[in-house]
Amino acid sequence: MSQKILLTSKEVNIILHRLACQLIEKHLDFSDTILIGIQPRGTFLAERLKDLLEKEYNISKIALGYLDITFFRDDFRRTNKPLEANKTQIDFIVENKKVVFIDDVLYTGRSIRSALTAIQSFGRPSEIELLVLIDRRFSRHLPIQPDYRGRQVDAINDEKVKVCWVEQDGEDAVYLINK
Amino acid sequence: MSELSVNHLLGIKYINKQDIDLIFETADHFKEVINRPIKKVPSLRDITIANIFFENSTRTKLSFELAQKRLSADVISFSAAQSSVKKGETLIDTVNNILSMKVDMVVMRHSNPGAAHFLSQNVKASIVNAGDGAHEHPTQALLDSYSIREKLGDVAGKKVVIVGDILHSRVALSNIYALQMQGAQVKVCGPKTLIPRYIESLGVTVEPNLRKALEWCDVANMLRVQNERMDVNFFPSTREYAQQYGLDKTLLDSLNKEIIIMHPGPINRGVEITSDVADSKQSVILNQVENGVAIRMAVIYLLASKIQ
Repeated sequence: MSQKILLTSKEVNIILHRLACQLIEKHLDFSDTILIGIQPRGTFLAERLKDLLEKEYNISKIALGYLDITFFRDDFRRTNKPLEANKTQIDFIVENKKVVFIDDVLYTGRSIRSALTAIQSFGRPSEIELLVLIDRRFSRHLPIQPDYRGRQVDAINDEKVKVCWVEQDGEDAVYLINK
Repeated sequence: MSELSVNHLLGIKYINKQDIDLIFETADHFKEVINRPIKKVPSLRDITIANIFFENSTRTKLSFELAQKRLSADVISFSAAQSSVKKGETLIDTVNNILSMKVDMVVMRHSNPGAAHFLSQNVKASIVNAGDGAHEHPTQALLDSYSIREKLGDVAGKKVVIVGDILHSRVALSNIYALQMQGAQVKVCGPKTLIPRYIESLGVTVEPNLRKALEWCDVANMLRVQNERMDVNFFPSTREYAQQYGLDKTLLDSLNKEIIIMHPGPINRGVEITSDVADSKQSVILNQVENGVAIRMAVIYLLASKIQ
């Protein structure tokens, strides 16, 4: 198994600032917008972006929720590994709001398909966008594309993209791992 | 998250502490789901479940059905009173006929102890025991422990007294297994005629005096007197039972601490507990019912994930 670094801590930081600015361009003061971190790994990126928007760009009161998609996945009983549920925490109404899904890696698109169904349990958003740090462009199983992307990667199926966060893994970095 | 150590839920006796922890963790997630504006998830959309009740039930049957529907399973339910069982069909034949209609899981209540176990040996489906005679009622014990955990933070180290008709109660036996597995201390309290002989061999103590039992405990689980299972008189009169073993507000308020009151339902108001106790803030009876749906969703979800 070999690994190659795709993004260093400095590059991740630059990309986070760019994504934050792109969000501001579209959502201005975020009064009608809700950020939703997709569990489990999208939550770090979502928290980081919220932090940036509040501290660096002085936007107050950004609504952030976490959505777990386990019970909405389409591979129940189709994998040997048991599906692991995480906490969903959406303490506000999403009806008629602009929702931004935030995840670390967009791969087959199946997680986002599940998230699109799952969010309906909390109301009917006026629109839904997708923000990802890494877009694996040749691996999609479904017609789903991101609205905001950190970096596009041409990885083949044998390769794995691993996103590391300081909070969880001790460093900010993205690796391409050859299995 | 790992998976259950069993393919059927026949009783608490057949599962372990890790299974209980896993069921509780999963139930936490489902409790959040059933409090959403839309309380349904699509996980079990390709699973069909038959609820077969050879004995009367309101709450358990509704709770199971609701849990299954919240998980998007297809559900068929039947009660023995309207079935061919009355025409002399055997249990295995009845169930195998239902399974021919491509059913993946069977939830069964039966008056004979061991009926669920027998079925699990003889048919190809995942079996959930919803009560077998005076033997076990595992989902009730799980939701009782879950309600204690929710109220007191943990079950370990807590003192629980089970009061009333222990002899005819499957809830009592499943509760004793579940509570002890999680590290709680258990006492039983009731008229001598309604306490099974040799119950101490399960590691519980017997306290004939209700006041002493209540002063000792953190949680009191008040069981119903099961008149329908009594072929002889186990106590002189309902009035005398209520005087000796009924919990009223005066007794509850005279204790030197606040205890939690549980009841698996249905309540005979004025017999085992009075209305003011059942409706008091110390009572978690309605929380138990809500938790019942989350626990049953967790059990069904975890068992369904093991169906090949």
